[in-house]
Amino acid sequence: MLRHGAGGRAMRSLIEEVFLRNAPELSEREVGPRAMDDGAALWIGDRWIVVTTDSHVVHPIVFPGGDIGRLAVCGTVNDLAMMGATDVLALTCAAVLEEGFPRAELERIRESMEAACAESGARIVTGDTKVMGRGELDGIVLNTTGVAVTSRIVRDSGLRPGDRIIVTGSIGDHGLAVMAARHALKLEGNLRSDVAAINGLVRGALDAGGEGLVAMKDPTRGGLSSALHEMAGKSGVGILLEEPRIPITDAVRAAGELLGIDPLHVANEGKAVIGVAPEAVDVVLEALRMHPLGREAVVVGTCIAERPGAIILDTGVGRRLLAEPEGELLPRIC
Amino acid sequence: MDSTRQLKFRDPATARRLASTIARVTREIGRSPVSVMHVCGSHEQAIAKFGLRSTFPKELNVIMGPGCPVCVTDMPEVDEGVALARQGVAVASYGDMLRVRGTALSLSDVQAEGARIEVVYSATQAVELARRTKEEVVFFATGFETTAVATAAVVRSHPPDNFSVLSAHKYIPPVMEIVAEMPSSRVEGFLAAGHAATITGWGIFEAFVERHGVPVVVAGFEPLDILAGLARLVELVRDRKPAVENMFPRCVTKEGNRRAQEELWSVFRLVGGRWRGIAHVPNGNLRLRDEWAHLDARRRFSIDIASLWDGAPPALSADCICGDIMSGIASPSDCRLFGKECVPDSPVGACMVSSEGTCKIWHQYGGHPDLGAS
Repeated sequence: MLRHGAGGRAMRSLIEEVFLRNAPELSEREVGPRAMDDGAALWIGDRWIVVTTDSHVVHPIVFPGGDIGRLAVCGTVNDLAMMGATDVLALTCAAVLEEGFPRAELERIRESMEAACAESGARIVTGDTKVMGRGELDGIVLNTTGVAVTSRIVRDSGLRPGDRIIVTGSIGDHGLAVMAARHALKLEGNLRSDVAAINGLVRGALDAGGEGLVAMKDPTRGGLSSALHEMAGKSGVGILLEEPRIPITDAVRAAGELLGIDPLHVANEGKAVIGVAPEAVDVVLEALRMHPLGREAVVVGTCIAERPGAIILDTGVGRRLLAEPEGELLPRIC
Repeated sequence: MDSTRQLKFRDPATARRLASTIARVTREIGRSPVSVMHVCGSHEQAIAKFGLRSTFPKELNVIMGPGCPVCVTDMPEVDEGVALARQGVAVASYGDMLRVRGTALSLSDVQAEGARIEVVYSATQAVELARRTKEEVVFFATGFETTAVATAAVVRSHPPDNFSVLSAHKYIPPVMEIVAEMPSSRVEGFLAAGHAATITGWGIFEAFVERHGVPVVVAGFEPLDILAGLARLVELVRDRKPAVENMFPRCVTKEGNRRAQEELWSVFRLVGGRWRGIAHVPNGNLRLRDEWAHLDARRRFSIDIASLWDGAPPALSADCICGDIMSGIASPSDCRLFGKECVPDSPVGACMVSSEGTCKIWHQYGGHPDLGAS
């Protein structure tokens, strides 16, 4: 079953076959489980309530650039933001602990959750704690659920031929930082997770782009490749991705080559993939770059009518299709 | 790696220039297809990763030959490792080999049964492993002359008494002869692997060129190395000039690394043997010389592989065309298992197991490397 855990196709078919079998149909303007978007959007007469939930396991639980607490808050805040809901009403937090989990470590995790809440304007309003026996789980599992209200919904399926694809910054940092930490690899360079709440960044882009911002997704599990495949598949477009334009740090590139892992296939926890109509590209880029988390925002691709669902990678010296992550590249990282 | 230096060999403008040379020269040959072969998994990796096939003209057929050492390791050789592990010996192996099935089982199958299999990244690591234990440690030595040189070095380095070598090393030059002589072969030129040639030197190909009348170009592994190598190769084909050309002079000399060669031949001798899926290759296998008998696992242990042969191989493997793919007769897209029953998570054939196997590489890079440039 492990291979279902890293995002990608195996995970999607597991969800479709098991959990979506009897899933409810929502009204047309709503977003329900069958959409497999970043969250659900429920219509309440004049606006939507957006709800999303995410369980977090990561090894090691503290890694360069963050820890499981920061990840749990940012992941859920970002999922709300990807639906267009950038003002977080509230978060819940459920913690499942292995017996004997050190209290000091738990407090440190709480502190980093508080810090991430402060950065994102979120607050945790209710929670639950369970303890399981030694060996029944590995350390700690954190679940967070987020609720927000919004007057505009952005889907991951809104791309049209001609739209441009923007990434808000460097790709592959979280996945490779966690992997390097897990394997205790001594690598040169500053390999750090990008885990951050990007609701503020996204708010700026939404305000600037208006209706010209047509689709959004955060490239978490399965990385940029998985996010683009989902967006292209649901939207019915192909995407021509220009590899030399994709921002990737030297440290990530080197770690990826060493481990034989493509940075495009690993998780990011502080980035967004944004589909923008051509006429809105400049204003959206400008808004993104004004934000500290969006300085490196850049156009990396263009949607095309040919090859719907496929990502064509232009490497600068040739072209090929980008593979969709199948299942397990590596043990779970988020 | 120094990224600026690396980027020098990935320059798009130069790549386009070379690609258009390849296209023009191939058309000047006036035949279709013009088939050339490379014999190295690392070449296929780079060709697929950078999407170079999309820049080749449709008249040019660049075939991947038997260049994946994991893929050509024969089933009985895997059986020997499996049997040793079952006999209670610790077997140290390169990770790629673990999921390759022998006649009945793979090393990872017996690992699941509780046998001690250790993944190592170098021959030296296997020796270190032996130093840390009193148990017998056998290094399952696989790969071409490139890794064989590393094995030779540890054999000569006075390893501990509990260390021995099960050599499944293969030697590339003889298999090129086999492929060149295959009746179905239409290979008009070979791209030789730069890293192997750093050891053997490019001079080793002169006799081959003379015998078979086809050109050989030695090439490196960056996109521009490969494109430049192919451009020169099709020129030689066009000009009907069977010659050896070194397009990787920053690493390869005519003589090669003399000291590495001396070490290699002081430890190994050539014997004939089967390459999985291909043929019996005279002088294709590297085995330990008699002087090193005390380090030869085949002589130290009595290896009972017959006991593994009860179970029949799975039915699917009858449809596997790895052998044809490695001989350059077929490509993964010709296989009805590719990407369906046979995927990296549950490989049927050896070509889907190894990171140097054509099927694994094609699958990893999108499955359609012949994507046309638009």
